[in-house]
Amino acid sequence: MSQKLVERLQREFGDEILAVASHRGDESVTVAPANLPKVLAHLKDAEGCEQLSDVVGVDYPDRDERFEVLYLLRSWRNKHRIQVRVPVAEDQPVPTVSGLYRSADWHEREVFDLFGVPFSGHPDLRRILCHHQFEGHALRKDYPIEQGQECTRPENLFTDADIARAAQRATNLVTRVGDAADEVHPSDLLTVNIGPSHPATHGALRAELLLDGETIIEARTEIGYIHRCFEKEAEDHTWAEVMPYTDRLNYCSAMLNNSIYASAVEKLIGIEATPRCQGIRVIVSELSRIIDHLVCVCANLVDIGALTNYWYLYNVRESIYESLEKLCGSRLTTNYARIGGMSHDLYPGFADEIRHKLGELDRGVTDVMKLVARNRIFLDRTSGVGAISQADALSWGYTGPCLRATGLAYDLRKEAPYWGYETYDFEIPTGTDGDTHDRIMVRMAEMVQSRSIVMQALDRLPSGPVDVDDARVILPPKAEVYGSIEGVMNQFKLIYEGIRVPAGEGYGFGEGANGELGFFCISDGTGHPYRMKVRPPCFPIFSSYAEMIQGGMIPDAIAVLGSLNIIAGELDR
Amino acid sequence: MAVDLESPSNYITTRLRQAVNWGRKYSLWPLPFGVACCAIEFMSTVSSYNDISRFGAELVRFSPRQSDLLIIAGTISYKQAPILKTIYEQMAEPKWVIAMGVCASSGGFYNNYSTLQGADRVIPVDMYVAGCPPTPENLLYSLTLIQERVEKEGLVPSSVRHAGRVQS
Ligand code: SF4
Repeated sequence: MSQKLVERLQREFGDEILAVASHRGDESVTVAPANLPKVLAHLKDAEGCEQLSDVVGVDYPDRDERFEVLYLLRSWRNKHRIQVRVPVAEDQPVPTVSGLYRSADWHEREVFDLFGVPFSGHPDLRRILCHHQFEGHALRKDYPIEQGQECTRPENLFTDADIARAAQRATNLVTRVGDAADEVHPSDLLTVNIGPSHPATHGALRAELLLDGETIIEARTEIGYIHRCFEKEAEDHTWAEVMPYTDRLNYCSAMLNNSIYASAVEKLIGIEATPRCQGIRVIVSELSRIIDHLVCVCANLVDIGALTNYWYLYNVRESIYESLEKLCGSRLTTNYARIGGMSHDLYPGFADEIRHKLGELDRGVTDVMKLVARNRIFLDRTSGVGAISQADALSWGYTGPCLRATGLAYDLRKEAPYWGYETYDFEIPTGTDGDTHDRIMVRMAEMVQSRSIVMQALDRLPSGPVDVDDARVILPPKAEVYGSIEGVMNQFKLIYEGIRVPAGEGYGFGEGANGELGFFCISDGTGHPYRMKVRPPCFPIFSSYAEMIQGGMIPDAIAVLGSLNIIAGELDR
Repeated sequence: MAVDLESPSNYITTRLRQAVNWGRKYSLWPLPFGVACCAIEFMSTVSSYNDISRFGAELVRFSPRQSDLLIIAGTISYKQAPILKTIYEQMAEPKWVIAMGVCASSGGFYNNYSTLQGADRVIPVDMYVAGCPPTPENLLYSLTLIQERVEKEGLVPSSVRHAGRVQS
């Protein structure tokens, strides 16, 4: 399908397509910066690419055109993906596409922040992950990883001019046609910060609000408070050493990140995990999804005052954690997957234990549904609050439960199945209104589906080896390391030099707990990634938050935030 | 401490310091400065299974004005540092600080351009809890150690206790 898409593009744009490339299923076309908006507009309107999944910057200091900016596009309707590359020289601007895709706004800011590529026409080109006093561009190859820069004060998100404009808007809001103007003076507006340390943000985020009474006249958000440089750290480590860093992206569902990362690298190497390994990945990933949804729903309900539910659901999580701790020695930061396999097999008795615990989950979910499903306060607090339409959600780059809450049954486990998901029997729960209520309910329903997937996977987990039989990626057994010179050498090379991933690029993705989690990897043939870009599902989702809460009340803003499940580790990387 | 149950007016003699510290020790009000993965384990610590209220510290307060135990749970970035400092300064005396996890203690395995190499570069820290993340048991243990410390505390403000203890 994508192949033909590339041909159609070549027919449409002729010489303006400078090059086409294809590597392990990822198709791409190269265009000049000036032609970018035209090509993307065509892809969006004529080829149905509704979503800009990510924008990736890459630095090649030796090339004349030092940077490459990649646009990853996706169409759920036509089920195809394509990448558009734009080579640019230093300081050469790229026209913004934020008018076409709303998600482009933040993605472009990120490329600007980390690489210094300017985007002409961008409405608000500021740093996004690094702080405002930071100098230089951190992901350029010549920026030393350890060079920290101090920040002495937080940034003010509103200027006086912004406040004056907001006051004008507030005036228009309160004045009815024909009345004498009931003027709101700029000093009447109250500036309130939610975050970066606030109980409702569940992590380090910040939203600055301009309030007229309790109404939010304008909101702006700021992120980057726990930017931990995942991408730079990845370049500084071997492919295998990156694994523990993936734990800490979405720390509520570490095993999902582990497994998807491993799959992404396997795709680049061109190997496939064994059937047993795939089964284990499905089991631990679905358990992680359950845990992630539990934490999200619990916290969301606590935020709107339904504290009891927290006790009902959290204990289930605690009990699943016990099994995960037994499995890999840690509760949260699991580091369980390996490139080409898992760190070890399941322990004896794992299956029965999990079956029992999923029974507890059933009880927790039933109890909570009884408490909230027809609860007047809950319904009033969530129905119609923070609603977003399907078209907007796609344009903002929504994936996962938040997109499904708008009624679109889009799930990568069905759309582009991996690890044998096509052989499991499960449904994709959807909502109708795309509001806070639907987002919570979709998550509740997904837990039930995930539970069923785990049960099926436990019942038919294939026997056989967990790791692929490939000395290029898997450490030799200890007996060989101690008993033969080849074994020692192999172990030594894999540990010190890292797994040699063949040169090339690849985008590996899967359905994370919050949506599409992707790893765009570039290898130059050494043991270290040349570039690693994460596509975190909550990044584009959070970019829409400010607009979503404008015009509403503060308590609504809190309820909405919880239902979006913004995990700062993944958001800021 | 002496207790007199015989005389009609039943009285206890003690030192002011001891009486005050006894009260403080069992009513620490924590402020979780939860920024990353460690905050999730903090949530586990307060949930019913681990139940932090057994130690009298269940009144989690998100206002620095109302709390006396700052628990830094997570990675502190340079961007976050001035905020952490402000929050610490807003807390009333006496106050204690736990750096939960290796990130808050030393930057952990994030030795890079964005991560502050330990919260003690901006504010004084009383207790460092190992782990990435520390288990709830581990955090509770550090809480009991803080309690021991509170018990022995004089009635001097922490600014005096901490004088000269901020690195950098
Ligand atoms: S110490 Fe570990 S678990 Fe805690 S915030 Fe740091 S990386 Fe996360």
